[in-house]
Amino acid sequence: MPQKSFRQALNEALHHEMGRDPTVIVLGEDIAGGAGASGQQDAWGGAFGVTKGLLGAFGPLRVRDTPISESAFVGAAAGAAVTGLRPVAEIMFVDFLGVCFDQIFNQAAKFRYMFGGKAVTPFVLRATYGAGTRSASQHSQALYPIFTHVPGLKVVIPSSPYDAKGLLIQAIRDNDPVIFLENKLLYDTVGEVPDGAYAIPFGEANVLREGGDATIIAFGRMVHFAQEATAILAAEGIDCTVVDPRTTSPLDEDTILETAEETGRVVIVDEANPRCGMAADISSIIAENAFGALKAPIMKVTAPHTPVPYAPNLEAAYLPDAKRIAEAVRKTMAYRK
Amino acid sequence: MTGMQLSREKLLEAYRMMRTIRVFEDRVSAEMASGDIPGNTHLYAGQEASAVGVCMNLVQSDNIASTHRGHGHCIAKGCDVHGMMAEIFGKDTGICRGKGGSMHIADLSKGMLGANGIVGGGPPLACGAAMTAQVLGRDDVAVVFSGDGAINQGTTAESMNLAQVWKLPVIFAVEDNGFGEATASSFVVAGEIVKRADALGMAFAKVDGVDFFAVHDAAAEAVARARRGEGPTLLHIETPRYYGHFSGDPDNYRTAEEKAAMRRDRDCLTTFRRRVGEAKLLAESDLDAVDAEVQAVIDSAVKAARAAPQPPLDSLTTDVYVRYP
Ligand SMILES: Cc1ncc(C[n+]2csc(CCOP(=O)(O)OP(=O)(O)O)c2C)c(N)n1
Ligand SMILES: [Mg+2]
Repeated sequence: MPQKSFRQALNEALHHEMGRDPTVIVLGEDIAGGAGASGQQDAWGGAFGVTKGLLGAFGPLRVRDTPISESAFVGAAAGAAVTGLRPVAEIMFVDFLGVCFDQIFNQAAKFRYMFGGKAVTPFVLRATYGAGTRSASQHSQALYPIFTHVPGLKVVIPSSPYDAKGLLIQAIRDNDPVIFLENKLLYDTVGEVPDGAYAIPFGEANVLREGGDATIIAFGRMVHFAQEATAILAAEGIDCTVVDPRTTSPLDEDTILETAEETGRVVIVDEANPRCGMAADISSIIAENAFGALKAPIMKVTAPHTPVPYAPNLEAAYLPDAKRIAEAVRKTMAYRK
Repeated sequence: MTGMQLSREKLLEAYRMMRTIRVFEDRVSAEMASGDIPGNTHLYAGQEASAVGVCMNLVQSDNIASTHRGHGHCIAKGCDVHGMMAEIFGKDTGICRGKGGSMHIADLSKGMLGANGIVGGGPPLACGAAMTAQVLGRDDVAVVFSGDGAINQGTTAESMNLAQVWKLPVIFAVEDNGFGEATASSFVVAGEIVKRADALGMAFAKVDGVDFFAVHDAAAEAVARARRGEGPTLLHIETPRYYGHFSGDPDNYRTAEEKAAMRRDRDCLTTFRRRVGEAKLLAESDLDAVDAEVQAVIDSAVKAARAAPQPPLDSLTTDVYVRYP
């Protein structure tokens, strides 16, 4: 199978779906770049290069560089979705959704319910998330718990190029509003990605590794750290299962509960802040439904309850890493042997 | 007082600040390229006359709100250059203790409400600072610097209306460098920016941001109007942006010729030197001496920033709240 970057996988998904379905459009700031300028057109292809080449292939009616007016263009995407298009809006950093929450939370998310099931809102909002790029408090958050909290939204966090492509295709074909979050430090990661189109259903976790001693559940970039931790632990004779739920809403509770029943020791890794986050959410689901199988308290490895700092040493301390994950697994193993 | 009537000391101060910003930004660019500064920066080089032309009319108790391209505003409002450089290097001696970085430099004691990572974050904050002055009966004013791109943000439109109906002492200093990131403002800004103010009945002026004196005089009028309690003004300041949008920007959407012509024909420092020379206000040697002093200050700031310690790890969890629980 061909090796491709996470970025290229997403780009292919957009090319496939725009080619297949003329109602798919993309819009966002500098998703082409160079508009109205003297030099190169499609100069950026998005701040992270994900939408490169779409302008040339599909033209400016369907590939729209927007003003810096997130409320207007995200809301327009929601309005277009409910009237016959399948818009994919790009917001460079999930943090910027702060300026257009209403259009997401009160509008797109609720049309279907408020209108008695009559609305279909096939709307995708792509945004980057995550710390580790020395971009400080307003460009580094992992806000997926906030979106997960809102009924009506689906929330996707791919961890590999393969998943990125299949999940984005699913997001575009899906008839509900989808928040699609891309960790910016994964764009250059490479993996096997088929050339053709394929969709990965939402709510189906990926079990990356099976081991009988403990389970590590992680999202996005944290999946890679979880994998690293299992290598460290394997050398110590601790064999772990790694589960990547891939979507936080819907959440594959079955797979999570099955693995909790099997290993009885669970560590949940979440790069978001700890309060009301995914780690807290999943641990409550396990505590409620698989309490009898637990051999140790569920451990959470998360960022602290602070904004993301700028200084590299502080930011490194902020983020979970393989060492902290391995330490948490050792703790669950040591509990009532 | 017009810019041309400023005292010799004031003129030298204005030139020193503009030169400081230029050298600071060129140096940050060089240090970024060598990989010693974490993350990204948005450089203000080319736009110096805007920040300095406006801020020469302010006093310390006046407030400014800034943008992601904030270094120039910080320097013009009196932030410590050593503390700024250390902040950008992510050090404990930084003006925000290394927690904020380039995009969040702030010094409330100097009336600098912060650079801002959110486009359109500043206008409401400046309205707030102006409201504080209004409620407490002070004659302080607030200035919000924002870009041509930010003019399209809802917060800007809302703030302009709020300022006008409440007669807030605010100046909306719109720095039009022709671009929001890689997109030309002509592509995304409908109509004329000043007409957005006009539609609200707000005073406005359009000025050449390459000319310190033009900016200074327009800002002087706006600040005086605000201090008299006659409400806000929008200044549309046209400036060049010398570097790409951010430090890693290939800036391929502008031709090499366009960029060379911009640096050649639209330089606020050479323009300033020419104008004060023609009017016989300052001698070349005075200005050369400032250049040398500024260079020494920036060299020392970089040296100190490099040598400074990283923030202590326990500062990760401090300062989230004043008190918690
Ligand atoms: C709400 C929000 N949207 C988008 C961005 C990304 N962004 C950072 S700077 C910028 C362009 C701003 O253009 P302008 O206001 O003209 O300021 P300039 O960069 O030219 O100084 C954009 C889109 C952001 N930081 N915040
Ligand atoms: Mg601009």
